[in-house]
Amino acid sequence: MHKTIDEYGKVEEKETALVEKEEKSPSMKQKLTASFIRVDGKDAKLAMAHMYVAFIALLLGGLAGLLQVLVRSGEFTLPLGIKIGYYQVLTVHGILLALILTTFFIMGFQIASISRTAGAFTNVQRKIGWTGFWLMLVGTAAAAAMVLLNKATVLYTFYAPLKAHWIFYLGLALVVVGSWLLCIMQILKYYRWKKENKGQTSPLLTYMAVVNSILWITCSLGVAVEVLFQLLPWSLGLVERVDILLSRTLFWYFGHALVYFWLLPAYMAWYVVVPKVIGGHIFSDALARLSFILFLLFSFPVGIHHQLTEPGIEGFWKFVQVVLTFFVVIPSLMTAFSLFATFEMRGRELGGKGVLGWFKNLPWGDARFLVPFIGMVAFIPGGAGGIVNASYQMNQLVHNTIWVTGHFHLTVATAVALTFFGVAFWLIPHLTGRTLTPKLNYLGNVSGILWGIGMLIMSLSMHLAGLLGAPRRSEYSTYGGAEMAYDWIPYQIAQAVGGTILFIAILVIMYIVVQLIWFAPKGEEEFPVATVAPGAEKTPAILENFKIWGVILVALIVFAYTMPIIDIISNSPAGSKGFMPW
Amino acid sequence: MHIHKYEKWWLVFGCATLVAFLVILAIGAFHNGTHPNEGKITVDYENVDSIKPFDNPGVHKVEGKEWDYEVVLVASAFSYNPNEIEVPLGSVVKFYATTRDVIHGFEIAQTNINMMLEPGYVSEYVAEMNKAGEYLIVCNEYCGTGHTYMYGTLKVVDENAQNN
Ligand code: HEM
Ligand SMILES: [Cu+2]
Ligand SMILES: [Cu+2]
Repeated sequence: MHKTIDEYGKVEEKETALVEKEEKSPSMKQKLTASFIRVDGKDAKLAMAHMYVAFIALLLGGLAGLLQVLVRSGEFTLPLGIKIGYYQVLTVHGILLALILTTFFIMGFQIASISRTAGAFTNVQRKIGWTGFWLMLVGTAAAAAMVLLNKATVLYTFYAPLKAHWIFYLGLALVVVGSWLLCIMQILKYYRWKKENKGQTSPLLTYMAVVNSILWITCSLGVAVEVLFQLLPWSLGLVERVDILLSRTLFWYFGHALVYFWLLPAYMAWYVVVPKVIGGHIFSDALARLSFILFLLFSFPVGIHHQLTEPGIEGFWKFVQVVLTFFVVIPSLMTAFSLFATFEMRGRELGGKGVLGWFKNLPWGDARFLVPFIGMVAFIPGGAGGIVNASYQMNQLVHNTIWVTGHFHLTVATAVALTFFGVAFWLIPHLTGRTLTPKLNYLGNVSGILWGIGMLIMSLSMHLAGLLGAPRRSEYSTYGGAEMAYDWIPYQIAQAVGGTILFIAILVIMYIVVQLIWFAPKGEEEFPVATVAPGAEKTPAILENFKIWGVILVALIVFAYTMPIIDIISNSPAGSKGFMPW
Repeated sequence: MHIHKYEKWWLVFGCATLVAFLVILAIGAFHNGTHPNEGKITVDYENVDSIKPFDNPGVHKVEGKEWDYEVVLVASAFSYNPNEIEVPLGSVVKFYATTRDVIHGFEIAQTNINMMLEPGYVSEYVAEMNKAGEYLIVCNEYCGTGHTYMYGTLKVVDENAQNN
């Protein structure tokens, strides 16, 4: 027998009410909270395996980030003893943080979310999951080895005709294939739940995780084609040349959807977890699902907005994809509205008065709320900057400048990253059977605030230097004493200050995570899952009809990409040989 | 599906702004012709040095075209040829640029001139030089160890000011 989410929600609500009253009697609390719905032990192990990798990636990637800002300040050079160049460090940073931290954390979080809301995975599903995990890990190790041996200093976007060692590409392919298995595991579980609960609406978190799994499989097909059919045979010497523009277009078909793959798990936390943490309800189950579907649809026919200044692609089709890009404004506005509505309703419930009085009543001292909240705030300028980037002509002013780096350190490296950390603060103890103590909670807030301050400084100075033309992906240089480049240096020093604060925040986070894994007191930490407000309407069944959405999705992709790809292939010059200029 | 009254207003306002914004971008692009680089010519990147116009890189004055100067530029790891470009204030300049090896960027700092140079393709852009000064040209796409040593200068010269 499977319980439905509503049943779960009700059970839990009673418990929290009691716990609040009985807070002072620890034995009572122990007994009551022991009946919180927990992630199945075997699933917890699989989810935790992902967390280890994610946080090791954070530490090492953060260290690389620190080295970058120091080198770029011009005040510091990499010690001679370390035979590692700037671009090697940057490759490590991009891969560990943008690809490894995110993918591992997301898979772990989604598995735990499904297990928590739809029940334990079956043994077969779990085996598929473990196979996926090990494939990803082996792939990561292989790719990392090549980067460290300086055989793959191609940055995390590995644009041809820079040619890495074939083991690097093979490693990436293994990561992608492993992640597919993990997604399949989740989708299988979802269909099993649907079969066992005919006619019922699936638990919201499960649904969201499944949408993101579908998004990931659909987008990583692009990079899989690029790696398996173009780069791998080319690096093995089986073919001499590779079609550059085609490889970039495949990459960005993947690359833009990738950013939504990072974002949707953060939205899972914003829509479902944070409302519970503050004691409120989900604003609307149906709108939450609708926004996920819209994100799924609009993350694909848009990748060319990363190629606006490239030759070989018709302006008309670039513009079509620009227009489609802006459609994500709709689900974004929906999300912003839902979140603030939830906050306001809860703030008023707690006695907040006036237009903004409710704001004070939110649980600012709770790291599970505050840390993701700082992320949400960062997402506002992040989104605004994104509008500039995507604005066709305006893109020329900022393309490949450090402005862009400033932009995605607000979005992925703050909005998404802080939400993930806010999740880890309860998810890890939930999975390891420990608790987030008041002291660790306090440190959590400290890390979030440090991150906010550090990123404000670093990202702002990146944006400003970018507007002055400073290029991204560039180590320190005076550009032959050029006056314009001279103006960039103060901003680079500011970036070093901000980056150092960020690194300190990472150390605090690592301390908390280590405590939560091995040392915090044993106990029960809640996996917060909010329920819909009482009296809410039933969610329309069409939102779970993935056949319809699949057809629309494919139609959009075909519409946006058929002509550009035909153009690229039919007009393509002879392909490129490989280069290793590092 | 029920949508709250305020949310409807919020979405209608948001979508209306969005449409207005896109219309402005479209007028800019299709009416005023402000497209970013969409160069359509292809070349053999291994033999650019012997293919017109890249067999003669530099700044060339032209007559009877919509622009006054043509800048023909070849990028390679890690330099631009020509490395220094000088044009008079007020002139309209067409850039033709390509690469002999990996992907490079061609960005003139603090201007709208910003294109990717990809092997096999000619990147093109037309711009009016309406502010005198010395501009830094930088490669803004990672191209190898010497990436930040890849730069050049654009001098927009006010000839009247010099004669005085
Ligand atoms: C200690 C914290 C961090 C610092 C100091 C830092 C610093 C930097 C700097 C200075 C760059 C640009 C280097 C250049 O273009 O030459 C950069 C690039 C980048 N960072 Fe971070 N960062 C940090 C955290 C993060 C996090 C948490 C993420 C993602 C979750 C992230 C993702 C990226 C990515 C994807 C790039 C682009 C790499 C490339 O252009 O190839 N960073 N970072
Ligand atoms: Cu994008
Ligand atoms: Cu370069």
